Amino acid sequence: MNHTVNLWPLLGVAVIILGFALRAHPVLVVIAACAVTGFAAAMDVGHLLAVLGAAFIKTRNLPLILLLPLAAIGLLERYGLKEHAQASIARIKSATTGRLLIVYLAIREITAAFGLTSIGGHPNMVRPLIAPMAEGAAENRYPALTDALRHRIRAMSAATDNVGLFFGEDVFVAFGAIVLMQTILRGEGIEVDPLHIAMWGIPTAVTAFIIHSWRLHRLDAHIARAMMKGQP
Amino acid sequence: MILRLDFFYLVLGAMLLMIAVMALRDPHNPKRYSSALFWALYAVVYLAGDWLSPVAAGAVMVVMALIAGFGGVTLGRYGERSPEQRRDSAQRLGHKLLIPALIIPITTMIGSTLLKDVKFDGLFLLDPKNTTLVSLGCGSLFAVATACWLTRATPLQAMRESRRLVDHLGWAVVLPHMLAVLGLLFTEAGMGKAVAHVVTSYINMDVKLVAVAVYCIGMALFTIIMGNGFAAFPVIAGGVGIPVLVGVYHANPAVMAAIGMFSAYCGTLMTPMAANFNIVPAALLELPDKNAVVKIQVATALPLLLANIALLYFLLNM
Repeated sequence: MNHTVNLWPLLGVAVIILGFALRAHPVLVVIAACAVTGFAAAMDVGHLLAVLGAAFIKTRNLPLILLLPLAAIGLLERYGLKEHAQASIARIKSATTGRLLIVYLAIREITAAFGLTSIGGHPNMVRPLIAPMAEGAAENRYPALTDALRHRIRAMSAATDNVGLFFGEDVFVAFGAIVLMQTILRGEGIEVDPLHIAMWGIPTAVTAFIIHSWRLHRLDAHIARAMMKGQP
Repeated sequence: MILRLDFFYLVLGAMLLMIAVMALRDPHNPKRYSSALFWALYAVVYLAGDWLSPVAAGAVMVVMALIAGFGGVTLGRYGERSPEQRRDSAQRLGHKLLIPALIIPITTMIGSTLLKDVKFDGLFLLDPKNTTLVSLGCGSLFAVATACWLTRATPLQAMRESRRLVDHLGWAVVLPHMLAVLGLLFTEAGMGKAVAHVVTSYINMDVKLVAVAVYCIGMALFTIIMGNGFAAFPVIAGGVGIPVLVGVYHANPAVMAAIGMFSAYCGTLMTPMAANFNIVPAALLELPDKNAVVKIQVATALPLLLANIALLYFLLNM
């Protein structure tokens, strides 16, 4: 048994769990977890700040994907992009929230599987187009749509984008995750063909589509039931 | 390279600096000084990141976290148009409104697939390590230009609109970035070894189904902690997947890897730590509950995790 493993950094995880359980401000929870983890790993204040700072600069490419599209999306919203998306969906009589999102799920998963992971995304697809259309489709049938349902539909739109992206992308050979898996296995002395990893992702990808589509299908029924109950 | 990622750091830095100035000059923002300071500090990270000493950058991050954590980043006023005005221009512009919105994904796609290897005078057109991000940056700039041309709005108006959206996101903007820092710190502090040690020393893996379940659930749990499946994979594959599933039960490594990573993604769906996918969209969609997206995803992620365990159990020796 290996006794040199330092278990103290696990305190950082405890801070995170406690912080979220107490509903403390997430940013403060993260900073507290950083401090606890750093001290548990025997870093002094200067060393910890340097580690945090170096990591902060190193990961600053992350917010680009979120922030850069906002200027264009904001301007289009000012000139009625959401209203246009809703008016367009209103013209399709058979459109329901669930059906619309199932179509989006299929498109997102298939395009991600072909490596086109940038087709969707929360800032440039979900906020300006998908969520307003999903909401519009429900509003079309139930003009007095409640705020609770509206929020549920929006959350489901965001979830659909995530599910489609996550479970589509690993079916594509050139995606980073496959390369990462191959590299790690190679480090352990196991040679695998990336094509095989991609292939064995397909059963889960199909299962993910079935489970999430079923939930989207049920969302329509949920909306109908909730609106029936509300009306006399 | 001709177009480097650094160029877009400067673009974003300039954008954040303008947001800071606009916040400072907005008398309707109840905490305009602290809001402006927050955005100005973030601008410094992008404009001067390469010259900042690590300790100074760390101090900037802590000060930003304290400002945001104690409610120092607030909303201002943005001169929004009325719903009627928006509906009128929607009717006037029609499908043309979609063009700038679609320019972003289309440019990103073309850049990261067709222009990936294009060179001029021996120089790559796009930063080869960051083709997707650089293409997305170009797409965003094209989209703003097209949107301005189409709506006859000024670039300054586009800046005001980005301030409106960024302010609505508020602290959610920096949360993914700070969580990524925490993830790197976890790695540096040896979190992976600690977790693998706990998992492997307290559970009896003599039953194949238990071993498979520990592996899949371990992937999901560790991803819930780290917020990132890429951090979980090496730890759990190294701790359970390779020594137990491959070593003892002679699993096909490709099956073990593929289903393991997808189990990790089930974890990504269930954690606020994956802020980019879960907290940020909740803020972007203006949902009152910041965890609404996580909550709705649990009902997809849990059955899928069970399905993964079953799939791995039956496909293990393929």
